[in-house]
Amino acid sequence: MADDLLIPITADTDVVTARQRGRDLAAEAGFSSGDQTVIAAAISEIARNILMYAKRGEVTLGVVTNGDRQGVVIVARDQGPGIRDVERALEDGYSTSGGLGLGLPGARRLMDDFDVSSTVGKGTTVTMKKWRRMNA
Amino acid sequence: MEVPILKQGHYLIASIQSALTDADLSQLREALIERVGRFRARGVIVDVTALDVMDSFAVRTLRDIAHMARLRGAETVIVGIQPEVAFAMVQLGLTLKGVSTALDLEEGLLFLDQQAQLRIERGTGRIDRG
Repeated sequence: MADDLLIPITADTDVVTARQRGRDLAAEAGFSSGDQTVIAAAISEIARNILMYAKRGEVTLGVVTNGDRQGVVIVARDQGPGIRDVERALEDGYSTSGGLGLGLPGARRLMDDFDVSSTVGKGTTVTMKKWRRMNA
Repeated sequence: MEVPILKQGHYLIASIQSALTDADLSQLREALIERVGRFRARGVIVDVTALDVMDSFAVRTLRDIAHMARLRGAETVIVGIQPEVAFAMVQLGLTLKGVSTALDLEEGLLFLDQQAQLRIERGTGRIDRG
């Protein structure tokens, strides 16, 4: 995935940039405007999580093809404090930041594939994908 | 990017023109709550037609605006949530429960007028001091 877009996340303007780039990429990849919005919203949640918990990190955006499916892949990486209990962090309403606790579980519901790997003291990587069937 | 706030009669209308950062949203909240007092506003309309995404922070801020304005004596109505945005919000689990919404600016103004009428009928309306 040499064409991946890397967006450093260090300020709230970067969250806006990341979700706008994500929307553009999804549009180029042929996703409907509804799906573009869903993808942008998911990016917004996980990019904000980076700011809130780790202060800084990065979001990479890419397009993959798998058979007759095309997908947008979003990877959010940080070297922050990590998540002690990933299962719990994926539950609705669980938050250690005083937020709504909808960031991770909400983003998971918006996307087709969703994976969180986190090590306490090392950081967190969220990988999420949205697929669409390519026209025959 | 600051959101312009117009005063129209007893109402304030905040018309969001472009994507907003978290700081922009917080600034909008402060500005609206301050102006409810300064202009003795009875209603607030936040027009989000131009927003192409509403995430948990945006929704929480809009909810805070509505609740804070109510504590200051003004009703708030959010107008212009786009169909795709509504879809993504529901998927995210964001419902804006307890906050009034209307299809567009016209419906929003009508809603506030009806609310004002109800207040008068209930005898809780403020008295005009001309």
